[in-house]
Amino acid sequence: MSQNYYQKEIETMSVEEMKKLQSEKLVKQVKHVYENVPYYRNLMDEKGVTPDDIKGIEDLHKLPFLTKADLRDAYPYGLLAKPLEDCVRIQSTSGTTGRRVVAFYTQKDVDLWEDCCARAIVAAGGTKKDVCQVAYGYGLFTGGPGLNGGSHKVGCLTLPMSSGNTERQIQFMNDLGATILCCTPSYAAYIGETLKEQGYKPEDIPLKAGIFGAEPWTEEMRNNIQDTLGIKAYDIYGLTETSGPGVAFECSEQTGMHINEDHFLAEIIDPDTGEVLPEGEKGELVFTALDKEAFPLLRYRTRDICVLSRGKCSCGRTLIKMAKPMGRTDDMLIIRGVNVFPSQIETVLLNEGYQPNYQIIVDRANNTDTFEVNVEMSPKQFTDKVSDVLKLEKALANAMKTMLGINPAVHLVAPKSIVRSEGKAVRVIDKRKLI
Amino acid sequence: MAIKQLTVFVQNKKGTVVSVTDILAKNNVNIRALSIAETEDFGILRLIVNDEATAEKVLSEQGYLIKTVDVLGVKIGDEPGKLTAALDVLDKIDINVEYLYAFMARTEKHAYVVLRVEDNQTAGTALEQAGFHLITEADISKL
Repeated sequence: MSQNYYQKEIETMSVEEMKKLQSEKLVKQVKHVYENVPYYRNLMDEKGVTPDDIKGIEDLHKLPFLTKADLRDAYPYGLLAKPLEDCVRIQSTSGTTGRRVVAFYTQKDVDLWEDCCARAIVAAGGTKKDVCQVAYGYGLFTGGPGLNGGSHKVGCLTLPMSSGNTERQIQFMNDLGATILCCTPSYAAYIGETLKEQGYKPEDIPLKAGIFGAEPWTEEMRNNIQDTLGIKAYDIYGLTETSGPGVAFECSEQTGMHINEDHFLAEIIDPDTGEVLPEGEKGELVFTALDKEAFPLLRYRTRDICVLSRGKCSCGRTLIKMAKPMGRTDDMLIIRGVNVFPSQIETVLLNEGYQPNYQIIVDRANNTDTFEVNVEMSPKQFTDKVSDVLKLEKALANAMKTMLGINPAVHLVAPKSIVRSEGKAVRVIDKRKLI
Repeated sequence: MAIKQLTVFVQNKKGTVVSVTDILAKNNVNIRALSIAETEDFGILRLIVNDEATAEKVLSEQGYLIKTVDVLGVKIGDEPGKLTAALDVLDKIDINVEYLYAFMARTEKHAYVVLRVEDNQTAGTALEQAGFHLITEADISKL
């Protein structure tokens, strides 16, 4: 398969050249931040580090970390490095965890972000002949604006659908022959399910590729979406704190995401000690924005647990790869002292022949955590006998216990009774607020 | 020999049965017999209707999880001991009844029992040999 690149010199640059480029950018960026962001200057001063100590990427470990707590403390302008008059845009996180992040962009920041998204679209096979349906939410959420901008840069005919109104999504997809779909994986699965119900076969659907991100998803879910929609499904990674989607993207190999490391310098650290871990080890992903002007976070701890690897990729890109995050530490639940990632539940469901439509409900009764999982009944498994349904519930609970080490109460519920938000799926309801 | 039973998976919460019967009523489907097996979480609604195909279609369209299974409908005289006699027939040939429910016809002085067994053929034959009348799909629409 012939490969296309959006910015070939960067995407296929030799490792030595890339490191040299990163070093040059880092030195400049640290000066820019030190001079313009008192909040970070204080952190550096406390650590006894000055911009002169940073001579290249080998000195990166000397810099202090930024965390989500810093973003909250510095809200809204505390980490801004440019005068507001030089900024042209803000984007914000969904704030579902109650910790809204507001990020600022200069025109150059927007441009570079859109370039990153364009790289992702081209890596998924996109060209200016494609019709790109962007069904991420538009607005403060970065998904819609990011992919919209990337799609423009590639020259695709862009359908700015935003999320929701599935009937209209399907109508536009068919009438205008959309070939690329960009949305959250849960919404892609929902669109796929709806198409299937309406009698569409994968070969009837004009789509050829999908770029799905903004929430964790498993390989099983990828296979599921690929089969239902008859497409190749590519992962894309990003976070509002660093720009939005496009920090990393998948190529035709579909084995991890290339990080746009000319803009985002990645490290893996031990989340407990903060120590930098060697390549290939699992730990918390940390990003340093090398080019951002308005909101340049240095050593930002993403709370995503993953692994980095650099090796020859069949797509020809030399950009370092990150594995699909094993879960965000934010998503991780600690139930009866055991770490539980919703993605583990999803894996069990797909293995057992269910759709990944579930909801985890955690509460506390008599000083013990209660752990319930509601799962939508699968048409294949449903029978007319109560005892059979109870057996299915027990089998699911056992499979989850094997995976997690703790026993959930599994309830099978009617199809489509679990609310699907058309943006991000609400998978976890944690009622344990009293401490 | 067997008749069709519609089986609907529903949540065990207020209003779910009504929403099912309402859909059937709006589509002119008449319910002959109905039984519910429930647990704390869910219920399984079992229905014998005059027009099984329409019922299945309209409920599926509304997103209900439906399964159609074959059950036996046995006509039983409206007098004490008749049900026991029928069950005895099955007991003697070691056929386990998963569940059963009864209904009355509007016109005749008869009770009917819906029996769910694993082997409809063997159970049905045994009942007929013992003199019981099994109802058919055609009978249902006339009841």
